[in-house]
Amino acid sequence: MNTEKIIEVKGLTKKYKNLVAVDNLDLNVYRGDVFGFLGPNGAGKSTTIRMLLTLIKPTSGYIKIFGKPLQKSRIEILKKIGAIVEKPDFYLYLTAYKNLEVLGKISGGDTSKKNIMKMLELVGLEKRYNSKVKTFSHGMKQRLGIAQALLHDPELIILDEPTTGLDPQGMKEIRDLILYLSKEKKKTVFLSSHILHEVEMIANRMIIINKGTTQVEGTVDELLNPDKLRVTFEVNDISKAFEIVKLTKWNESFVMKEKNQLVFNLPKNETSELNKYFVENGLDVSAVIPTRSLEDYFLKITETSK
Amino acid sequence: MILKLILIELGKIFRKLRTYIGFIAIGVLVPVVQISLYFTGEGYVDFATRNLKDSFIFVGNLLNGYLIAYLILQALFIHIPFLIVLVGSDLLAGEATSGTYRMLVTRPVSRISISISKFVAGFIYTNILLLWLLIISLFVSIIIFGTGELIVLRDKVYIFASDDILWRFFLAYGFAVLSMTTVLALSYLFSSMVENAIGPIVASMAVMIVFIIISALPIDILEPFRPYLFTNHMIKWREFFGDPVNYSEAINSALILLLHIIGLFLITTFIFNRKDILS
Repeated sequence: MNTEKIIEVKGLTKKYKNLVAVDNLDLNVYRGDVFGFLGPNGAGKSTTIRMLLTLIKPTSGYIKIFGKPLQKSRIEILKKIGAIVEKPDFYLYLTAYKNLEVLGKISGGDTSKKNIMKMLELVGLEKRYNSKVKTFSHGMKQRLGIAQALLHDPELIILDEPTTGLDPQGMKEIRDLILYLSKEKKKTVFLSSHILHEVEMIANRMIIINKGTTQVEGTVDELLNPDKLRVTFEVNDISKAFEIVKLTKWNESFVMKEKNQLVFNLPKNETSELNKYFVENGLDVSAVIPTRSLEDYFLKITETSK
Repeated sequence: MILKLILIELGKIFRKLRTYIGFIAIGVLVPVVQISLYFTGEGYVDFATRNLKDSFIFVGNLLNGYLIAYLILQALFIHIPFLIVLVGSDLLAGEATSGTYRMLVTRPVSRISISISKFVAGFIYTNILLLWLLIISLFVSIIIFGTGELIVLRDKVYIFASDDILWRFFLAYGFAVLSMTTVLALSYLFSSMVENAIGPIVASMAVMIVFIIISALPIDILEPFRPYLFTNHMIKWREFFGDPVNYSEAINSALILLLHIIGLFLITTFIFNRKDILS
């Protein structure tokens, strides 16, 4: 893993009167990462991204990007960042081409027709280059948002929920594009999302925040594919199952029983072994349901935030 | 970079429909006034000269392009600000409304540069609008009505020779640039505070109307406030249509307006620079 820190956040806090939107947040993003920034709606993701992009000022804490303090080297840093913050909005009275030209010029990017058309082609909008943005669907604006973020060939791309409001095909296209940018173009991507599955598919490292504070941080593999899984066995005779498990090594892995279900915390390779043991002892196993504790946890905080 | 930003801002201004409301309004209103005066203007001239007719004989073309231009300037001077605030109020608030604040402020340019470029672009719009008014009201009127002596009714009646008028109009329009830029700066300030252009339009006009009312009310208690009301200084373009021209009064008012512009712009930039972009 590359150890060069692209984003370094320490003790970041944002308060609005009585509301603490982000509370003492720490995170590190390394060069080449696709970093998943995960949290339910209202967790503080967008506020954090707005602070990373100097749209809002932190109440306390510091942000270093490319090893430099953000507030002091703002312009130098922003030259190397491409971003979408929440839903991408454009000058509706301008065409897609003109929007990219205007934003590209301010960013100091290559605003030649060739480059703008190349970006539009990358996001599949080349045929609509001369259409006013007011005629675009949400998905098209989202794709145009990615084009504007890439126009000046930034090193770091910050995407705030880029698949929100897209259909499944559109979501897949965006995911493929992010993977392409990471693997082929060697960009560092900071991706915020409230969908665990999405982060799992494209990120290599992730953080989960809730109510403005860090819940967990680590590699996606460590966090989502741990050695042990929480497995629920649904059996026909819960008492018998409970009794025979007591005599085995799985007694230590037992978590709880409920109705006709027994829940264990099992090493991955022991699920089938325990299933076989139940069957060999005359029990009918109607379901084996593996769940990851983090997924469970994330679902729980997402439900709470609704 | 600033020049590039200004050109971009001008591009934005002139691609919006509301920008042309001012040009259309002047393009419609002024010809209406011209046509009305074409048919009924003699009445005004008779009214203006009624007390002098016993002592003087008036010859030549008194209902001429200069008189029409002067009357139009006097009549529209209070309405032109409304056309200015339509654009001034939208400069920053329009970005918030359309959500493009985020796009703009995350670019590698300072917020101060953004504020300067927007204000300069608004200033250029103001100048172009006034130039349009000058062309339509003065030059078109001269083409339709011809030239002649200008008769002006103020505290007394002034009659200016036809070769002694044009420079007065140019100075009056130069002064109008300052007046209208003050209005622009006021609407720009309100624009930095909110996220919708309607509020700044209403607020700017409300401030102007209140100030004008305070200026007009013959109440002693309001007297000390009057010198500080910028609306009182906006009308000092009239000084150029006096004899002799009261330059000290005009320059004093011009400086006060200039101070207003600088002050309002600095406050706006300060607010914008510290603003959390939440839209």
